[in-house]
Amino acid sequence: MNIVLVDYGAGNIQSLKFALDRLNVDAVLSSNKNEILAADKVIFPGVGEASSAMQKLESSGLDLLIPELTQPVLGICLGMQLMCSHTEEGDTLGLGIFDVAVKRFKSDVKVPQIGWNTITNMKYPLFHNIKNNEYMYSVNSYYAALCKETAAQTQYGLNYSCALQKNNFYGVQFHPEKSSKAGSQLLLNFINLNL
Amino acid sequence: MLTKRIIPCLDIKDGRTVKGINFVNLRDAGDPVELARQYAEQNADELVFLDISATEQKRKTLAVLVRKVAQAIDIPFTVGGGISSVDDVAILLQNGADKVSLNSAAVKEPELINKLAAQFGSQCIVVAIDARQINGQWMVHLVGGKVPTKLDLFEWAREVAKRGAGEILFTSMDHDGTKTGFANKALARISEEVNIPVIASGGGGNLQHFMDTFIHGKADAALAASIFHFGEISIPRLKKELKNKQITIRI
Repeated sequence: MNIVLVDYGAGNIQSLKFALDRLNVDAVLSSNKNEILAADKVIFPGVGEASSAMQKLESSGLDLLIPELTQPVLGICLGMQLMCSHTEEGDTLGLGIFDVAVKRFKSDVKVPQIGWNTITNMKYPLFHNIKNNEYMYSVNSYYAALCKETAAQTQYGLNYSCALQKNNFYGVQFHPEKSSKAGSQLLLNFINLNL
Repeated sequence: MLTKRIIPCLDIKDGRTVKGINFVNLRDAGDPVELARQYAEQNADELVFLDISATEQKRKTLAVLVRKVAQAIDIPFTVGGGISSVDDVAILLQNGADKVSLNSAAVKEPELINKLAAQFGSQCIVVAIDARQINGQWMVHLVGGKVPTKLDLFEWAREVAKRGAGEILFTSMDHDGTKTGFANKALARISEEVNIPVIASGGGGNLQHFMDTFIHGKADAALAASIFHFGEISIPRLKKELKNKQITIRI
């Protein structure tokens, strides 16, 4: 299987590569359009600030490529947020794959959220063999609201979408590569998707 | 619900783990990668590596270690110790560190916090603050607590949050190594003054201390070193007991 991690200079892609190595899954880091198009699965990571990450995507033309992909695509953290319609962070237009806006947490909770939080109302197949109320590790100041594409929820001041799915596109707000065994299970579920 | 975090801290010197009492009398507690793997297995929520070596090779040695740790474990970890530039941070993040912790460099050059937050995001910038009470006032100290500054702890905490720190790691030098409990009053006040997570450090010696710092200290996470390294408290047992006492914790 041919797995590509989209390498557009936004954050710590190495951790994800190491997590896949631990699962004996080969993956290549690439920003090459042809390599991404030819991949069986595409993982779209990202940490950092939204508007500068979006600029990096635009300067490489990946902003046009990613929404057109037909193989399974998994956005992680900022990657997932950039797949949404808009984010309040830097007032940034997203890729518009998920029909939901990303907002900043209100100050009734500590911002950023840092740590392990529970996930509920999960949809299959991404959450196969992951139990309700499992803990996943998140670091985020912004969240995608609940919407018809919500594939799992987390509560932090309010209930938000910690996972989204639409057709071949998946996104998770938490970091599966840092979420111990449950996170590894989620990565394996994505790798094993048949589409 | 977001859980409270238990964080073992590994002091690193020349690639090995050490921990002293009140930052003196170093004892060797083993291989950092092996310890990290063990802690991940034991359900530690996160790890902190603090590099206290002072050699010229330090940056390179640390980057190599960070890479080995990142390959070995599937929980987040923070790296600190002598970080003083954007380049220092970039090399650690590139090798797989999730967060970096700044201490003296932030005091000497507060603007560095803004720069790092802008470039890498607040989520990976921890500011470590060491403080002790002088005539009833909490004063920030540098160089492992040896050098006093004129900074008031709470003012400094507000400033680092405003400049873009994602988290504060507060060590009470008055409590560190004493195993008499965390500095809960000061911790609670930091949590009132800033709206970013606060990690309690210094003084954890038993289950009750961790309970107290989460409840009375309002800490989001608690960090300790030797009590974990030398098996005085086992993390699985600590977490189970905290959970039994209704603390929100990941088992």
